[in-house]
Amino acid sequence: MSQLFTIAKLDFFESFRSRWFIGYAAVFLLLVVAIFLSGVTESRVMGFSGLTRLLLIFIQACNIILPIFILVTTVRTIAKERDSNVFEYLLSFPVPLATYYWGKVLGRLLVIWLPLLLALLLALGIGLAQGSEIPWRLLVLYTALLACSSLTFLGIGFFISVSTKSQELALGMALFIWLLLIALIDIALIGFLIQQMVPDNLIFALALFNPVQTFRIAAIALFDPVLSVIGPTSYFLLDTFGSTGIIAYALSYLCFIGFLFLSLGYLVFRRRDLL
Amino acid sequence: MIDIQNLDKSLSGQKILSGITLNIADGEKVLFLGHNGAGKTTLIRCLLGEYRPDCGKVSVNGHPLASERVEALRKIAFVPQLPPPIRFTLNELFEYASKIGLCSIDKIKETSLYFGLDANAHKHKAFYKLSGGMKQKILISVAFSRDVDVYIFDEPTANLDAIGRDRFRELIGAPEMSNKTVIFISHRLEELANVVTRVIELDLGRVVRDERTLTVSA
Ligand SMILES: Nc1ncnc2c1ncn2[C@@H]1O[C@H](COP(=O)(O)OP(=O)(O)OP(=O)(O)O)[C@@H](O)[C@H]1O
Ligand SMILES: [Mg+2]
Repeated sequence: MSQLFTIAKLDFFESFRSRWFIGYAAVFLLLVVAIFLSGVTESRVMGFSGLTRLLLIFIQACNIILPIFILVTTVRTIAKERDSNVFEYLLSFPVPLATYYWGKVLGRLLVIWLPLLLALLLALGIGLAQGSEIPWRLLVLYTALLACSSLTFLGIGFFISVSTKSQELALGMALFIWLLLIALIDIALIGFLIQQMVPDNLIFALALFNPVQTFRIAAIALFDPVLSVIGPTSYFLLDTFGSTGIIAYALSYLCFIGFLFLSLGYLVFRRRDLL
Repeated sequence: MIDIQNLDKSLSGQKILSGITLNIADGEKVLFLGHNGAGKTTLIRCLLGEYRPDCGKVSVNGHPLASERVEALRKIAFVPQLPPPIRFTLNELFEYASKIGLCSIDKIKETSLYFGLDANAHKHKAFYKLSGGMKQKILISVAFSRDVDVYIFDEPTANLDAIGRDRFRELIGAPEMSNKTVIFISHRLEELANVVTRVIELDLGRVVRDERTLTVSA
């Protein structure tokens, strides 16, 4: 166990010092600042104001950029370590493969969570400073949502890293998966599918199984579905399952996908050549 | 003792090693020779459990790499052909080596000092930012600080300065090394001539020469 924490800690600090991490942390913190400076917290649009509006915009941005950030940084760093023979040296030590793999997962997870947590705290600080009412329920939900979806994309990232044999391929796969998931939340596309008489069930399944869409639906589930910018699927789902049901489903589904891909990644890592 | 039986290994569909059978006894000092691309590094990676053989068995001290990787690796210290761009600081690398490789950090620092390198002066520097020779000295120091039975050096002295080479020869020739197994991969025969007790040559993934030399270690 102490070996696992050593590996997690070393990976954490290594990432912490890296350029990608600084960029990643800066993007999410600056996002909060930018939303704040744009004045949305002042105006009252569609009944929301202050921190609630800031959080709503922040989470929608995260919905799109968090996956790509996590996927790209994960696959680049892991595949690079393998390609540049860092693994050749580090794995020549008597470390159980499970310890090494899960230690790295833990380190990455913490490194990815930290800036998101700081961004939410920054938003909270802005809200408190402005004296606006603090939407605690929303804050807790968004914290959980970001934590769970980080796990999802970290899992997919690890899986891609260990199953591809080169950095370029891994990066290409990551971009492709992101584009695919983003394309499938597109309202126009869903509308098109409906027009093309694609069975409704298939469209709902596409929405329910797409982690980006799941995230999106959960993010707006607390608000009145009628006035949000959601497609017909989200509307239907909210209507059927209710907001609590949707949120519970989303959080557990995101975690499930994360663990599923992490575990599949581990199996591939164990079975194949390590280099 | 290292036991390799009927080892075959392909990479990207190309056969790199075929039918390698070798038995290396405790205390042997083996030099692997062979042209560039002969398969030496590939063989070492099989020995470290990093490549899974297509068929055949590899074991160290009776522990098969396939099923008892950790037990086998506990007894092996390895220095790679090219020091990899590890992003740990020196302190972190030492922490990894001591926690995972079970050796003392003081011992590593002591050994690197012996190689003319003051690790403390660079302890917060990232390993990959050290010079090629410094990296090699650090990895060699880590290897010598571990309590193992087998040392594997893939081109150990390629980047070392004169002091480094002398010290390396001294450490290899030290009395406490007499019962340790050492595998060298090197293209410079003359350097290790008076240590090596056996020469194995690979060509196109096969053993083409296996001779015990007359000289025995001092
Ligand atoms: N990952 C890989 N995928 C495909 N082929 C590989 C891979 N790694 C090595 N090879 C091939 O395997 C052969 C043996 O390579 P290896 O690195 O074992 O040679 P070597 O004997 O260590 O050579 P050198 O003296 O140059 O270090 C080479 O032909 C090389 O091109
Ligand atoms: Mg080589």
